[in-house]
Amino acid sequence: MSIATVFEVVLATVVLGFGFWTTAVRKTYSAAVGFVAYGLLVALIWVRLDAVDVALTEAAISGGLGGVLLLGAAARLRDSETTAAEAPGNLTRACAAVLSVLIAAALAGAVWLLPEHAPTLAPRIVANAWATSLANPVTNVLMAFRAMDTMLEKVVLLLAIIGVWSLAPDTAWGGRPGPCHRADPNGVLAFLARLLPPVGIVVGIYVFWTGADHPGGAFQGGAILASMWLLAIMAGLADTPATSRRWLRCILIAGPGLFLAVGLGGLWFGSAFLAYPAAYAKPLILGIEVAMILTIAATLGLLLAGAPERSVK
Amino acid sequence: MSLARDMMTIAAVSAGAFFFLAGTVGLLRFPDTLTRLHALTKADNLGLGLVVLGLLPQAGSLRDGFKLIGIWLLTLLAGATVSQLIARTAREGETAK
Amino acid sequence: MTEFLTAAVGFILAMLALGLVSILRGPGDTDRMMAAQLIGTAGIAALLLLGTVTGVPAAVDVALTLALLATFASIAFVKKGLSSLDTDGAGITEDK
Repeated sequence: MSIATVFEVVLATVVLGFGFWTTAVRKTYSAAVGFVAYGLLVALIWVRLDAVDVALTEAAISGGLGGVLLLGAAARLRDSETTAAEAPGNLTRACAAVLSVLIAAALAGAVWLLPEHAPTLAPRIVANAWATSLANPVTNVLMAFRAMDTMLEKVVLLLAIIGVWSLAPDTAWGGRPGPCHRADPNGVLAFLARLLPPVGIVVGIYVFWTGADHPGGAFQGGAILASMWLLAIMAGLADTPATSRRWLRCILIAGPGLFLAVGLGGLWFGSAFLAYPAAYAKPLILGIEVAMILTIAATLGLLLAGAPERSVK
Repeated sequence: MSLARDMMTIAAVSAGAFFFLAGTVGLLRFPDTLTRLHALTKADNLGLGLVVLGLLPQAGSLRDGFKLIGIWLLTLLAGATVSQLIARTAREGETAK
Repeated sequence: MTEFLTAAVGFILAMLALGLVSILRGPGDTDRMMAAQLIGTAGIAALLLLGTVTGVPAAVDVALTLALLATFASIAFVKKGLSSLDTDGAGITEDK
């Protein structure tokens, strides 16, 4: 057994152990902490599998926004947990166990029955990569060969933010999302919130820009930018904008809107919906990505901030 | 030249691994939250610094080297902030009891 | 060289696992919160070594993202979540 295999066994054991602990532990708070740590370790596995794009997404989401979201939810649940401590009955537990075993067996069976050579379009993508002059095959797939999926994904983000906003009480509609955060302006948190965002913004733009040729892209970059925005909000240095602001709504629809406009332009001037003219493929993709990183950063930040709670007045 | 680089990598990464060992022993052996926090944020940061130092000779370009150093500086900042924040929460929890 | 670095990743990963076991045993939430910080250092070290071993230079970018966001889980913990109203005062009452 080579040393690399030993390493892989250690990595898999640690991650599996963590997954088991996260499921088995009773307190919601501990489970949330466990899940954040689990997500960071999964990023290591993605690097080992040579899927660095996925590893970057995992690191950007589970390290920053996911942790804030889960720990916030756990803190909110903890107040209700102590009052309503209902334990599920034996029948419920048995049913859950049977269901889990069945799902695990089905998954194991599916993995077992996978064909020896999976059907793949990878060679054709590599062969046609010249058309967009992007060297990163993942960005190529996301922005050119499967652009439709990416566009609809951004529409889903838009629908999600509408869903969150619709939870607002009537009096707060169009107001600022989330509570007002206060922190000691000379404290550690405010210090970090002044020091980190300039670095974070540069890293976010770098991850976005390098996505053309190396792993990275608008989603990972947008997630980093959103985290920096949230840091300033949590430290009380910035406030969330009122959701009725015109510029905010413009940013929210900029990404999918531009994507859709370019797609319809392809239908009008070119051969098909979302068909980029070969000469302008790269500038068009870059334009869409710039609009998308703004949309993604704003949407993710606002999703985390929650429903409007304070009216504008 | 290549041999000297490899020697430096081996020496620095080994030293880094030793400090990770020290940090983990501290986590296992120290009795309370504050001392364990001390072991975690001091020894491990030094360990990471030594690993970065060991990887510098293997870096492909100057830009990669700067990125490695940048990662270490960010981690130092994170370690300093997190230890302060967690320690204050731990102390507040103790005085509340 | 590759074998030495792989062994170093394995060792640091084992230290990471041992540390996590010790942290997650508790006793308090504060101890558990250190898990994120432990991964922030040991995990990044493992990632950097892994990137060099497997010849994936972009692993450095993943490490950069992790280092940048290493504080977030702890901040969320101290603020008791973005959604709570800070009624218990944690996060405000820093030392003057």
